[in-house]
Amino acid sequence: MSELVIKNLHVSIENKEILKGLDLTIKQGEVHAIMGPNGTGKSTLAYTLMGHPNYTVTEGEVWFKGQNILELEADERSRAGIFLAFQYPVAIPGVTVANFLRSAINARRRADNPEDKGIAIPEFRKMLKDKMSMLKMDSAFAGRYLNDGFSGGEKKRAEILQMAALKPEIAILDETDSGLDIDALRIVSEGVNALSGPDLGVLVITHYQRLLNYIKPQFVHIMMGGRIVESGGPELALHLEEHGYDWVREKYDGVPEG
Amino acid sequence: MEEKPKVIVSSRSRRADAASKEFAFSQSDVRAGTLTEYRQRAWQAYTRAAMPSASDEAWRRTDLRHLPANVFTLPKAGAFEDLPPVREDLLRPLADGQHGGQIILLPGGSTVELDEKLAAQGVIFTDLKTAEEKHPDLVAKMIGRTVNPEEGKFAALAGSLAQHGVVLYVPKNVQVEEPLHSILWGPGSFAHISHLIVLVDEGASVTYVHEAASPDEPGTDTMHAGLVEIQVLQGASLKFVELQSWGKHVWNFSHERIRVERDGQLDWIFGAIGSRLTKNFSELDLAGQGAQGRMSGFYFTDGSQHLDHDTQQNHLAPNTTSDLLFKGALKGKSRSVWQGMIYVAPGAQKTDGYQANRNLVLSDQSRADSIPGLEILADDVRCTHGATVGKLEQEPLFYLKSRGIPQAEAEKLVVEGFFDPIFQRIPFEGVRERFQEYIAAKMSE
Ligand SMILES: Nc1ncnc2c1ncn2[C@@H]1O[C@H](COP(=O)(O)OP(=O)(O)O)[C@@H](O)[C@H]1O
Ligand SMILES: [Mg+2]
Repeated sequence: MSELVIKNLHVSIENKEILKGLDLTIKQGEVHAIMGPNGTGKSTLAYTLMGHPNYTVTEGEVWFKGQNILELEADERSRAGIFLAFQYPVAIPGVTVANFLRSAINARRRADNPEDKGIAIPEFRKMLKDKMSMLKMDSAFAGRYLNDGFSGGEKKRAEILQMAALKPEIAILDETDSGLDIDALRIVSEGVNALSGPDLGVLVITHYQRLLNYIKPQFVHIMMGGRIVESGGPELALHLEEHGYDWVREKYDGVPEG
Repeated sequence: MEEKPKVIVSSRSRRADAASKEFAFSQSDVRAGTLTEYRQRAWQAYTRAAMPSASDEAWRRTDLRHLPANVFTLPKAGAFEDLPPVREDLLRPLADGQHGGQIILLPGGSTVELDEKLAAQGVIFTDLKTAEEKHPDLVAKMIGRTVNPEEGKFAALAGSLAQHGVVLYVPKNVQVEEPLHSILWGPGSFAHISHLIVLVDEGASVTYVHEAASPDEPGTDTMHAGLVEIQVLQGASLKFVELQSWGKHVWNFSHERIRVERDGQLDWIFGAIGSRLTKNFSELDLAGQGAQGRMSGFYFTDGSQHLDHDTQQNHLAPNTTSDLLFKGALKGKSRSVWQGMIYVAPGAQKTDGYQANRNLVLSDQSRADSIPGLEILADDVRCTHGATVGKLEQEPLFYLKSRGIPQAEAEKLVVEGFFDPIFQRIPFEGVRERFQEYIAAKMSE
């Protein structure tokens, strides 16, 4: 069983330290939630785990399948089994959803076997059709340019479609609920739930409890000031919903940094 | 695309005194025949015109001082027999194993095929020499109608010395369903000189694909000079796809103009990936009310290629519409120039003109110049333009990489995506794929 082990992670952006010693372990089969106010470094964590070049790791390690993935390029991390559903998915004009997904699947196959000829078109079409119907997406969607002119809900659904097609072992969902109405939220959550199971570890990042009514975490962590300050079970999320973040701020503000 | 305001650097200082060489052609190279009068006039224009230089506005950014003009000769009849044969992939049928006709122009020879059904309908699609012999009156009426040999040295050269070309005539109200295809294959150390002449008569319609190509023959001095003269008459419709994959040693020059009469429709698509240096003048004359023309172009340069496209959209009548989009990507030390002009004549009211040029600069040493222009002499018009030069952006690449796609392939996908809207305008999958492969090959070099 794979696990993602984050040890004492310090991350800076433009010489400003955002993550200040974060520890967290996520195993396949587990669902974790990180909650925290805006600006606290949740997306920084997500981008850093995926290998975005703007985030500089100044200290710490992230272990996955026996290697420190901080040494890997983003594409290698993805092929190792890590997936990030972006808070703000990026438009790729001129590249259709289908063409893009086929490229992503074939990149995996070629990394395993340089001689690979790529996924057979009928097999790919069937896979895509199945995943799209699970997410209640119109088949015309496959022919649209990726995230180009998509509504907020379409973008988030497209993220989950990619997750379904790429079958990661650890998935990080960064504010996947933001910008979704209730119907879209339900569809997206059902999609995530359909994919969860013993082979998938999930890290849900959100600052609302709302999403957690649909995707039930076993572990809830509160993040503030660049580190995890409280961890517990689902009851912690309910407590946050009732009492807000003020008590956390009071408890941890003024804690010496570093 | 990361869009930056265009920067135009003019560097007159690099122009030294060294003058261009002169061509060694002589009046005896002018072919005799039914077009003698036209050709002699063009020859006179040629002898009067000086070799373009940096002091000519249109040639400011394209330097001919290294053009070895004096070495070029015209191929003799049958010259193709000793030269590399036409590349197989160019000969594949355009659509469903079928084309309406195919012409292959070779140095000193040609082959022509035309569907009998089309011939019976009066469609003429043949090489220039045959057309001169069999349809002298028609050719005399079509030649010199949209490009005046006086327009420049290369226009005059091509007009007077064209060894081969294509004549296409579609009679009134004939709808040609299957596409017509011509290939100009230009291997060897020659001046290949071509003249394409098209007349789509009233109410007729046709799709025509012309490709110019040659093998890479480093160290060989090869030149192409061409004229393209096309008339789309009242209510007629033409889709014209023009692609060049000249070898990277070829000096390529052309003057092209398409005139569209009342309610005529033109869809004009350019693709350019080859040549050492190209200077191309492409003009659209919207001459009758309600005429419409769309010009789409793509170019991809690498190495030390230099491609210069000069476009002009002339609105000469009211209620005319033009829409131009040229997209280019550059690698290595290559350079592109796009200079576009929308002209609206006095009285050409209610015209709608658009032009845009987008460039993707993939290396620090390549450079794209993008120079839009408007000259509007009517008052009730809508004309807009845009020009951008940008680089590959980090965020889309990171997004693709986060899905397991390696850097080089991510870049390739973004570049393919950049061109895709233009590629989708080429109605033949086979041609599209071929050019996608050419671009992919350049990306992976
Ligand atoms: N690209 C960036 N450049 C500069 N500062 C940034 C950048 N991205 C994030 N930050 C800063 O890092 C901090 C954490 O941001 P982020 O990780 O997006 O928080 P969250 O996702 O928890 O809302 C914020 O103070 C934000 O302003
Ligand atoms: Mg965030």
